[in-house]
Formats: sequence, structure tokens, C-alpha cells
Amino acid sequence: MSEKEPLFSAKNLKLFTDPFNAGNPITVLVLGICSALAVTVKLQPAIVMGLSVTVVTGFSSFIISLLRNTIPNRIRIIVQLVVVAALVILVDQLLKAYVYEVSKQLSVFVGLIITNCIIMGRIEAFALGNKPFPSLIDGFGNGAGYGMILVIVAFFRELLGSGSLFGIRIVPESFYVSAGGFYENNGMMVLPPAALILLGVIIWVHRSVNNKLLEK
Amino acid sequence: MENFINIFVQSVFINNMIFAYFLGMCSFLAVSRKVSTAMGLGIAVIFVLMITVPVNYLINKYLLQEGALSWFGDEYRDIDLGFLSFIVFIAVIAWIVQVLEMIVEKFTPALYNQLGIFLPLIAVNCAVMGASLFMQEREYSSVAEASSFGLGSGTGWMLAIVGIAAIREKMSYSKVPPALKGLGITFIVTGLMAIAFMSFSGIEIKID
Repeated sequence: MSEKEPLFSAKNLKLFTDPFNAGNPITVLVLGICSALAVTVKLQPAIVMGLSVTVVTGFSSFIISLLRNTIPNRIRIIVQLVVVAALVILVDQLLKAYVYEVSKQLSVFVGLIITNCIIMGRIEAFALGNKPFPSLIDGFGNGAGYGMILVIVAFFRELLGSGSLFGIRIVPESFYVSAGGFYENNGMMVLPPAALILLGVIIWVHRSVNNKLLEK
Repeated sequence: MENFINIFVQSVFINNMIFAYFLGMCSFLAVSRKVSTAMGLGIAVIFVLMITVPVNYLINKYLLQEGALSWFGDEYRDIDLGFLSFIVFIAVIAWIVQVLEMIVEKFTPALYNQLGIFLPLIAVNCAVMGASLFMQEREYSSVAEASSFGLGSGTGWMLAIVGIAAIREKMSYSKVPPALKGLGITFIVTGLMAIAFMSFSGIEIKID
């Protein structure tokens, strides 16, 4: 290494913060929506999913970046898949061991992290051409940017759909019609279409704020 | 027979890969600008699902499940290789897609010209992996059931992508707010389509 770079230089910091705004994997790059939305009915699984994806994206980028000079180009996809799948199995076993309830809720979607386009996307676009440490940061940043969208969607879906956050009641029981009040949960929020529409609205807001992202 | 038709109908309309589980959204959004390409990708997905789901079913049943290895000898009865299923499934899918690509290229060049570019994309399509994982989770009782599930979810996926492609083709003439243009409006329209598909829930076919 010819030039010495501080561990958290401005460049590395930007790699981490960029995915939260102008380089967000979901709203801007359109990656990784696949397994994202199905776990956003409640906040807790969404956060666990976001963390799992962050861990897998970060470490798979790191490992692939370490191996980048030794992987033959023709078989790189399969090598990447194997690395990612091994990491996902680790995450799955950990979830089953420590947060069994959440792992039950996530069901097949943990396995689907393997085919999440974010991971392959970051490996192909970044890790194959960069040093391990920046790749790790880039992976974590993108995973976290992805998790952020999941959490936002889950926040609204749980608040409006069930009147609670993290399973703790926010809208008081006495407000509900059944208890003589005026409030009713929005039943649509817990159904799949709400996630799509909410995501559309998030993109709308994001692009209105950040004009550079408008599509022609 | 009734059972197979029900599994098929349910996986096309009720448990639609895109509208109920959001699987395969990446290619769904990327390749849904024109009806003809959407159709090509849809057919390729059906094709791959019809092969990978039954193959993975057999692998799961005779190699990975708890007690699956008992045909091998009594002492292997307690082995549970379930934790390997992710890596095995994805390897099988990648392998089948690769082989399929070669076969199609060799024997039907015309079909290859249409599907060829899509096949490599499919190896990392979440819908394909998702179908195998759902097949494992729902514990179908026979290969035929697993196949009809594979066929059904492929058909449902194709229906969705062709539908959205048709809407997007028409939408290029309408005035969408600039910030919603492209991605945003596509999500909202997909959400509306998903609401429409929800009216199918509860369908069950009875043959007397």
C-alpha cells in the first residue's frame, strides 16, 4: 500500500453515508426489493431482516474483495453465490438459535437473502474492483440503507395497521370502536399491496426532496 | 386431480409470487418496459420453475430432510442436512439454468434467440429460489404437487410481469408527476394490481 489512508477517511465515510440518500439501493438503484417487503408488517422482523442483510452484504463484499484477484472471471457468479449462501446459512442458524420467534416469522425470506440483488449488485459493482476495507464499508452502508427503507415501511404499516410499535400499543384501547371510541385500524396496511404503495410514496417523497434523482 | 388444479390456481392467483410475496421484483421492474420482452422473460421463468422445483423437491426429500437418508442405510436415519438446503438449492438452480441454456442453444436456436439473454438473469431471480424454499416449507406430498406448484407460480409471475408491462407501455402517454415518474408510479400501480388480485382470495375448485 503506497498511501496510508486513515481508517475512517472522508472517502470511506461517504461510502457509508451515500446509500442513505443519493445512492439508496432500494429507492434509487432499484436493487433488492425482492425479499424486502414481505417482512415489513411489523417493525421487529423488519429490523432483524435489515440487520441480517447488512451483515451478509458487508461480509460477502469483504470476502469477495479478498478473493478478487484469484477468482477466474468465468465462474465468478457461482463463487459469489457460494460465499453468500454460506454466510446466509450462518445468519439463519444464528437467528434460529437466538431469536427463534422472529426467525419463524421471517420464514423463507432469510434464505432469499441469497438471491437479494443488493448483495450480488454490490459485489459485482464494487467489491470486485476495490480493496477489502472499502468493500466492507460499502457493503455495510448499502445493507443499512436497505434496512432503513424496510424500517420506514414497517413503521407505518405497524402503526397504521395494528396501532402498535414493536408490539407495544400506541393507539390507546379506548379509542377503538369496539371499546366505544372512534378509531379503527387500517386493515389494508397489513396486506401486501400496502407495502408496494408505501414504497411508491417513499420514492415520491425522496425524489421530490432530492431533485437530482428525477427520471426523464 | 382436484388437488393439483387447486395448487395451480392458488399459486397463480392467491399466492402470486409478485403480489403476495414480492419475489422477483428486481427483474420485474427492470424488464417490464415492453410487453414482448416481458413475455420472453415470463416464459423463461415458467420453464425454469417447472424443472427446478421438482428437482429440488426430490433432493430435499431424499437427501436433505430429517431422516431423508434412511434409504441409504439404517444408521443414517437421524441425519438432518436441512441447514444445507440454501446452498444446495441455489447450486441446483444455477446448474440447471446453465445446462438449460446449453440445451436450448443446441437444439432450438430460435427459442434461444428469444430466451437466451434472459436465462442467466434467472439464476439470481428471487422468484425461482423462493419457489424452491416455499416448496420446502409447505411440505408438498408428491412430485406432481410440487410440479404443479412450480408451474402455477411461474404462470402467476408471467401474468404479473406482462400485465405491468402493458400498463407501463400505455402509461408513457400519461402525465405523471415528475417525482413519481418511472419507479414510483410503477410501485403504486403494482400495489393497485395487487389489490385487484386479492379479490381472488378464497378461490377453491371443486370437481364432483
